[in-house]
Amino acid sequence: MRVFLQVWRQKNGQSKGRFERYEASEVSPDMSLLEMLDVVNEGLVQKNEAPIAFDHDCREGICGMCGLVINGVPHGSEGGATTCQLHMRKFQDGDEIWIEPFRAKAFPVLRDCVVDRTALDRIIQAGGFISVRTGSAPDANQILVPKENADLAMDAAACIGCGACVAACPNASAMLFTAAKISHLGLLPQGQPERHSRALAMVKQMDAEGFGACTNHEECEAVCPKEVSIDFIARMNRDFAKAAATFRPPKARGGGD
Amino acid sequence: MTLNSNCPTGPIEKRWEKRRFEMKLVNPANKRKYNVIVVGSGLAGASAAASLGELGYNVQCFCYQDSPRRAHSIAAQGGINAAKNYTNDGDSIFRLFYDTVKGGDFRARESNVYRLAEVSVDIIDQCAAQGVPFAREYGGLLANRSFGGAQVSRTFYARGQTGQQLLIGAYQALARQIAAGTVKMSCRSEMLELIVVDGVARGIVTRDMVTGKIEAHVADAVALCTGGYGNVFYLSTNAKGCNAMALWRAHKKGAYLANPCFTQIHPTCIPVKGEYQSKLTLMSESLRNDGRVWVPKDGKDSGKRVSDIPEEARDYYLERRYPAFGNLVPRDIASRAAKQVCDDGRGVGPGGLGVYLDFADSIQRLGKKMIEERYGNLFDMYHHITDENPYEVPMRIYPAVHYTMGGLWVDYDLMSTVPGLFVGGEANFSDHGANRLGASALMQGLADGYFVLPYTIGHYLGQRAAGGVKLDHPEVKAAKKSVEERVRKLLDIGGSRSPDSFHRELGLLCWEHCGMARKKDGLEIALQRIPELREEFWKDLRVVGSGEELNQELERAGRVADALEFAELMVRDALHREESCGGHFREESQTPEGEAMRDDERFCYVAAWAHQGVDKEPVLHKEPLSFEYVKLTQRSYK
Repeated sequence: MRVFLQVWRQKNGQSKGRFERYEASEVSPDMSLLEMLDVVNEGLVQKNEAPIAFDHDCREGICGMCGLVINGVPHGSEGGATTCQLHMRKFQDGDEIWIEPFRAKAFPVLRDCVVDRTALDRIIQAGGFISVRTGSAPDANQILVPKENADLAMDAAACIGCGACVAACPNASAMLFTAAKISHLGLLPQGQPERHSRALAMVKQMDAEGFGACTNHEECEAVCPKEVSIDFIARMNRDFAKAAATFRPPKARGGGD
Repeated sequence: MTLNSNCPTGPIEKRWEKRRFEMKLVNPANKRKYNVIVVGSGLAGASAAASLGELGYNVQCFCYQDSPRRAHSIAAQGGINAAKNYTNDGDSIFRLFYDTVKGGDFRARESNVYRLAEVSVDIIDQCAAQGVPFAREYGGLLANRSFGGAQVSRTFYARGQTGQQLLIGAYQALARQIAAGTVKMSCRSEMLELIVVDGVARGIVTRDMVTGKIEAHVADAVALCTGGYGNVFYLSTNAKGCNAMALWRAHKKGAYLANPCFTQIHPTCIPVKGEYQSKLTLMSESLRNDGRVWVPKDGKDSGKRVSDIPEEARDYYLERRYPAFGNLVPRDIASRAAKQVCDDGRGVGPGGLGVYLDFADSIQRLGKKMIEERYGNLFDMYHHITDENPYEVPMRIYPAVHYTMGGLWVDYDLMSTVPGLFVGGEANFSDHGANRLGASALMQGLADGYFVLPYTIGHYLGQRAAGGVKLDHPEVKAAKKSVEERVRKLLDIGGSRSPDSFHRELGLLCWEHCGMARKKDGLEIALQRIPELREEFWKDLRVVGSGEELNQELERAGRVADALEFAELMVRDALHREESCGGHFREESQTPEGEAMRDDERFCYVAAWAHQGVDKEPVLHKEPLSFEYVKLTQRSYK
C-alpha cells in the first residue's frame, strides 16, 4: 500500500516547526507505524536529508517512551495501545496521515516529534514513593493487603508514564498521571504514613510544572494505552482535599541526648 | 593467567556473611565526599544508585532514555524468583541455588549463585515494602506460581508486568534520592568512554543526546549496569536502544569479557514478517503450559491451512522427542528443536520460519473462558501484532535472541579486572552460567543493585581516600578528546549506507553462524566476514546531520561501530568453546540422539578475554570452575 504523511518537523526547541509532506510507498500492512517511519527515514538518509526524529524504545507497548499524535489522537485511534503497537493495516491505501508530537506547555519540543517529559519525573520526585530504606523491610507476608485493594492498586500502577493523557487533555492536565500514582500508593497499607503529605506535594509540583487542571473531558482515559480509569482522579481529589484541611507539616525538633 | 574470583572460603551458607564482616566501612560523615557513577537505570542501576544514595554517597546516575523509568527491565513479563517457600512445597535457599547452577549447565560460580539465592528473600521484602503491587491471595498474602518448568512455586508476579512494577519500585526509590539531593540524574545521556587513571576506573565521558555536548565526569568508583548485548544480532527482544557500547568501552580499557558466546534464544517469539522488521516480540513462556507445539510431518503440507492438515499428518515433535517434559523442556532445547524442524523444510508461515503453538486441545478441555483468564492479554497482544486470532488458529512462534549470560568478568565483589569498575545485572557474566532460568533475571538485577553493590563498592571506597582526579587531569582530557575525535570521524566518513543497514547485515551474519547452532566452518566464515564488514562500515557509513544536535543516526552509528567489534569476540569465543553447553550448541559436540554434550574435561572454566587492540587476537584467561555442592551431571529431559 501507499500512504502520504504530514509530519511535524522542527530543528530544535528554539526554532519554528512546520508540517512536511512525505510519500511512503511499498508499505506492508503488517508493518507497525514506527517501522513504516523507519523505512521513510532510510529513504531520507539516501537523499541526504535529516531523518524524522521520534522517541521509541521497547516497541512492545510497555516502556512508555514512544508517543506520537496520529491524525489528532495521541497514540492513534486504536485504543488501549501505544504508538508502537499501531499497525499499518489499520490505514487505507492512499490515506493522508498526520503525525505530530505530544503537545503541552510542560512538554517542550526538543526536535521533530521528540518532547521533554521530565516534568512527569519531577512530580514523582516530589513524593511519588514510599520512604523505605534498602534492607529495612519486614517480611513481605507481614503486610497483608486485601486482594481487591492490591488489584485496584495494580490497575493504577499500570500507568507507563507516556504522557498521552496530557497530550489529549484540552487543558494539558497531568491529573490522570498524578492520580494514578497517588492512588497506587494510597490504596496500599505501606503507603498510608505518607498518604496526605504525598498528595499535597505531588499536586503542588504538578501545578508548578505548568500542567492545567481537570475539567472532566475524559479524553485522558480514552487515549490511555493502559486504560487507567479517571475514577482515580476522584480518589486523588478526595485525598488532596482531606490533606489540605488536616495536614500540618511537622516542626523540626533536632538534637537528642 | 588464572583469574582470582576472590570468593570467601568455608561453608557456602556462611560465605557472604563472612565477606560482609571482612569489609572496610566508610565513616558516615565521610561518605558524601565519595563520588560514585552508576551507568544505566534498569533494575540493577536504579536500585544500586538509590541504595548508594541512601547510604550517603554522592551518586551520579546516567541513562540514555528520557526517563530512568524506561529501562528495558520494564519489559519482563513472567516474574521474579525467591526462595521464600511461602507455598510449603519444599523450596529453600539451597534448592534455588541448586536449580540455578544446574539450569546454567554448570558454568557459573557456586559462591555467587548461593549469594543470589540467599538475598532473593530480601528482595521480595524490599519490593513489597516499596508498594510493588504483587499478586495476592484472598487472605492478603502474596501469591506464587510455578514458572519455566520449576517444580516448586517460587515465582512472585504482578500481572504480566512484573518487570515494570519492580522497575517502578526502584525508580521511585531513585526519585526519592534525587529529591534528597544524594543522586544527580542525567537522562538522554550516553556513556561513550570509560576513564582509567593509573589502572583504576575514575570516571566516564558522556554525550548529551539533546545538545550533543561531550562531557567528562570523574568519580571514585564506576558501576556499569548497562544490560546485555543481545542487539548485536540486530533482531532481538531487547529494546531498540539497548546496546553493548558501555561494555565494549570498558573492555577496551582493560576489563575482561567473559563467555560472550553464552546467549539465550527464547523459543516463543512472534516470527519475523519482513525485511523492515525492527524488533521481535516475546510471548510469555507460560503459554507452553497449555499450548502444544507442532509442525506438519511432511514439508509439502507446510503451506496448507491448519484445518486441512489432519491430526495424523502433524508432528508434535517436543512430545515425541521428550516424553517426560514434552512442551515444557527448557528454553535452549525447545529453541533448537524448532530450528531443526524448520531446517528440515517443515516450518510454517512466511519463509518457513515458524512452528505452531496450538491451543485447540486446551480450549476443548478447559473451555475458552479458562484459557482467556490465563492468557487473555497475551492472546490479545498476538492478535494485535499478527492480525490472526489465536483462539481460532494456532499461534506461530519462532525462537529469538532474548538474553545474554556472558558479560564483563567480575569477581565475587562484582568488580571487573579494572579496579574501581563494578558491573551489575545482565552486563556482568556472573550468575547464570550458560543458560538462565525463567524469572531469574529480575532477581539477579535487584540482588546486585540493592544488596551486593552497596556493600562491595563501600568496601572498595573504604580502602582509599576520596577524590584525587580532577577534570583537568591529562588522562581525563585525553579520554574526552578521543570521544570527540570518534564522533567527528563517524560524521566525516560521508559514505552511502545508514548505520541500520550495517547493523542488519551484522545481525544476519551472527544469527546464521552464531545463533542457535554453531559449527566450526560457519564460525570461521563469520570471523572472516565481520572484520570486512567493519572495514566497509568505516569507509561507507553515512551519518546525516551534525554532532551538536539531537541526532539519532549518530547515536546508532556509535553503537553499531562497537557492535561490529563486539560480535567478533562473541564469535571467537564460540569457536574456541568446542563443547555444547546451555545456550551454546556446537554441532560437533552432541550425543547420538542430537542432544547437547558438555566437555567438562576441557571446558569447565570461565573464558575471560583480554583486549589487545582492534584487528588483534585477544588473549584468553581462564577461571577454573569447581563444584563442591552441586555434582556435575549431564542434563536430561527425556
